[in-house]
Amino acid sequence: MKKFINNNDDFLKESLTGFGKAHSDIINVNLDPSFVSRKNKTKDGKVSLISGGGSGHEPMHGGFVGHGMLDAACPGFVFSAPTPDQMQAAAEHVDSGAGVLFIVKNYSGDIMNFEMGAEMYSGKNDSIITNDDVAVEDSTFTTGRRGVAATVLVEKIVGSLAENSGSLDECKKLGEKVNKNAGTMGVAFTSCTVPAAGKPTFDIGDDEMEFGVGIHGEPGRKREKIQPSKTIVGNILEAILDNLKPEKNEKNFLFVNGMGGTPLTELYLVYEDACQILQSKGIEVTKSLVGNYCTSLEMQGASITLLKCDDEILKHWDAPVHTAAMRWGM
Amino acid sequence: MSVSFLISQAKGVQKVIDENSAEIEVLDQKIGDGDHIFNIQRGLKLVVELEDAIKDLPLSKALNMIAMKVLSGIGGSSGALFGTFFMTMAKSSDLDKDVDFNKACEMIISGIKAMKERGKADVGEKTMMDVLLPVSDKLNELKNESEFKSGLNEVIKIAEERMLSTKDMLATKGRASFLGERAKGHIDPGARSSQLIIDTICKSVINN
Repeated sequence: MKKFINNNDDFLKESLTGFGKAHSDIINVNLDPSFVSRKNKTKDGKVSLISGGGSGHEPMHGGFVGHGMLDAACPGFVFSAPTPDQMQAAAEHVDSGAGVLFIVKNYSGDIMNFEMGAEMYSGKNDSIITNDDVAVEDSTFTTGRRGVAATVLVEKIVGSLAENSGSLDECKKLGEKVNKNAGTMGVAFTSCTVPAAGKPTFDIGDDEMEFGVGIHGEPGRKREKIQPSKTIVGNILEAILDNLKPEKNEKNFLFVNGMGGTPLTELYLVYEDACQILQSKGIEVTKSLVGNYCTSLEMQGASITLLKCDDEILKHWDAPVHTAAMRWGM
Repeated sequence: MSVSFLISQAKGVQKVIDENSAEIEVLDQKIGDGDHIFNIQRGLKLVVELEDAIKDLPLSKALNMIAMKVLSGIGGSSGALFGTFFMTMAKSSDLDKDVDFNKACEMIISGIKAMKERGKADVGEKTMMDVLLPVSDKLNELKNESEFKSGLNEVIKIAEERMLSTKDMLATKGRASFLGERAKGHIDPGARSSQLIIDTICKSVINN
């Protein structure tokens, strides 16, 4: 393992402290229990949005704390759900009286810890669960689909509504709408290495890829020989379109997300392939996002998210945002 | 059950988990995401380090401190589940009188019941509950017996059988559920770590 690391026990604390210093104009980092919050207090009457999850997906979620997006983020250890006391402390810190909406990715550990945090927090609160990963079957008998890159879109879009006086119920409803209209699938060329493990999470041949990989390196649909980008992108889109079934006249948001170890040059190539394939199917792309937003440490690979948009979603996407990882309009 | 019993069991379990950490890590990497063993090891270390702070406390307060430490120090599913287990045990009534075998069994049974509710998992879903729920049922049969040591041998056997039975299961809860058929052929890492914990504690009680 080659990483910038001093010792395992301090890995997260040192990284969070650096993050806090680098973005001290936007956020504060609280340690023990750890949470990232906005530098400025939540204005009265604004619903607070809190997300969180295991670390290792940066900039998600700490990089999305700031005006127009999250009020706080609770980072767990690398790839491990945060603990209930973090959610409780973050909620107590940011809630201005209008209530807290927890945005949780659909993983057993995240669900349980956020549930306990919500139970321990005495103020008004509600939760939404994201589960956009179409690589795994959605079934009432299983944990269901994983929450992955579309969580970024949920946080941005609901963040804007909260900033514009949306109520707790309205924010929850919009978040659920975005999640329902989004589908994501990823592919990995290499594994990631969890610092505490010191070795790659999975073995994969030089000429292989994991199709449908999860953001912790969990296996996906199948292991395959690597193929030209167009073929990979075509297969990913086929899986998403099967699931989302967008209408021909619908507007769509195309999000190409890097897993951490793939250069932007390749991500833009993926974007181009995806645009061409969607165009050939008569599917209109009206909005785009390309970059590393929901990563898996140093994994090489990418995910594609398609979000079916209406005017409300588009309006809130375009609204001003000022966070460490996303900034426009202000 | 006493505070010194809890401390010595935590140390015993820590030793056994450390000895088997490589195996559990590999199981988790096959069907999970590789964090289970680190979470369990971090939790045990934190509990063992509590020794000085809890050794002179009444059992209820000690259990409460252990629960809070586990809940806030581990994270992941294991932190929530084992935190729930200790929190429920700490809430038992009359803890600061003598806690005999019957009472200890009742505490453990209620702790496992709370874990089941928190994780919403039942037997047959390839999780630690495949080991814990049958063990809980057996303790319920044993709790009123005066000669319980032979019964604990059966608990050890049940835990091992149930741990091995997760190998051929399809997972419907936890990370492994995302794998479908690909999870078959691997023992669930949570079932393995739970079985090791039960095995270690039962053997220690039998031999003392």
